[in-house]
Amino acid sequence: MRRVAVIGVGDTEFGELWDYSFRDIGIQAGLAAVADANISADQIDALYVGNMSAGRFIEQEHIGALIADYAGLARDHIPATRVEAAGASGGLALRQGFTAVASGLHDIVVVGGAEKMTDVSDTESAAIQSSAADQEWETVLGATFPALHALIAKRHMHEYGTTREQMADVAVKNHKNGSMNPKAQFQREITRETVTSSPIVASPLRVFDCAPSSDGAAGVVLCPLDMAKKFIETPIEIVGSGQASDTLALHHRKDICTMEATKVAAKRAFAMANLTTKDVDIAEVHDNFTISEILAIEDLGFFKKGEGGKATEAGLTSLEGEIAVNTSGGLKARGDPIGATGLAQVVEIVTQLRGKAGKRQVKEATVGLAHNVGGTGATAVVHLFRRV
Amino acid sequence: MATAPRYWRENDSRYNLLGFKCNNCGRNYFPPRAICPVCHRKSVGKIEEIKLKGTGKIFSFTEVHDCPEELATQKPYVLAMVEFDEGPKVTGQIIDCEHCELEIGTPVRATLRKLSEEGPSGIIHYGYKFVPVKPKAP
Repeated sequence: MRRVAVIGVGDTEFGELWDYSFRDIGIQAGLAAVADANISADQIDALYVGNMSAGRFIEQEHIGALIADYAGLARDHIPATRVEAAGASGGLALRQGFTAVASGLHDIVVVGGAEKMTDVSDTESAAIQSSAADQEWETVLGATFPALHALIAKRHMHEYGTTREQMADVAVKNHKNGSMNPKAQFQREITRETVTSSPIVASPLRVFDCAPSSDGAAGVVLCPLDMAKKFIETPIEIVGSGQASDTLALHHRKDICTMEATKVAAKRAFAMANLTTKDVDIAEVHDNFTISEILAIEDLGFFKKGEGGKATEAGLTSLEGEIAVNTSGGLKARGDPIGATGLAQVVEIVTQLRGKAGKRQVKEATVGLAHNVGGTGATAVVHLFRRV
Repeated sequence: MATAPRYWRENDSRYNLLGFKCNNCGRNYFPPRAICPVCHRKSVGKIEEIKLKGTGKIFSFTEVHDCPEELATQKPYVLAMVEFDEGPKVTGQIIDCEHCELEIGTPVRATLRKLSEEGPSGIIHYGYKFVPVKPKAP
């Protein structure tokens, strides 16, 4: 297997981008990544695009060819492939690009992710997001995507004594980080009270426990590590890649307070990288709900099961903490355009490892982790990155 | 809009709480599956249909305030994960509990109810919901 490096990253602002279409933002992010990598279009061997539901959000399928076409690559006839795993679509697209380069099939690969969520009403958007859960045995029976995470939260509080305030602290931290990220959807700090006084979505979760609907795109350029220095001075190596699946419905899991897919994907990524959690300086984790970040930091192995809430409350996951989690603002504050999210995590990790994250820069960050989840944990993808 | 057969083919199990028992390992499952996820191929030919009693306990629950349009008249409603006495867990609404205190562990039983309807002349969906089992008077 060849060693693989990220040589370019690019993204759009995340938010309600009403002036731009799906293809506009896809191309904007892709061109930024290609320019950052100092490559030209004719050097691109293949394209992978992470996208959850363009068919329902903008009534457009066949996204791979669409993005290749508007990127000006139609006459080059490059392989262009869409990758879907609900919220993990972006991370999984990266893994497809990684395996293509590692295997020697392709040299220079562009991996993008995009979602245009605000072209439909809020209720339609919520229905589409719920389709990441089991339609026949969860959604039809009255489950919404936030409600399923509320079941996790309620049970985590019951089993481990996690508090309402500790969940709020996840949002407070991520909004603080987002306030230092000029591309974040939300750039204002909030307080615990902002969260605990916001309207209830599904108890105990409130509006400020939930990531927003967002438009946005992000992209990266990959190539073999031994070619990377030809293009840029600071390549970032992908040292580990892990993917795992689990039951589609939450009620079929062995333990709803643990995302086994996250544990297994992390184990696989750490084994490939020959690293441990102690080596990791920064992590972008899938905080689509505040409770999700608490589960993630436990299941990735940064904290013991049941200790995620306490660790957050104690500031251990802040920029100055033991492990800086969601320095970008996370899904919560940076925004969550579903298919783009897994790639936006990589953009943040690479920016941090290059030492270019400005006010939110974590000092001497060397190793970073990206954790992307589909549904309520039926897919998890974990990648590890290291400054070369 | 989806056609009726998409929902009808689930009805047997959804109306009658039909699950299956793997006679290789003895585990119970709901809804039916072609193979046991623990025994894999060893379960082939050893799957037996069972009817769940419909009684169980609340494993976790939430009050849903932000819900799909077709459930708007019911909101806020309680959604729970229920663990059947036979072992399998399911997701469903808790009803008829305006004045009762729900907690994790509260005993419930399944009841057949209307779930939702697709507009005034659309398909009406039926399925299980749960009601709290009141303790018998001493």
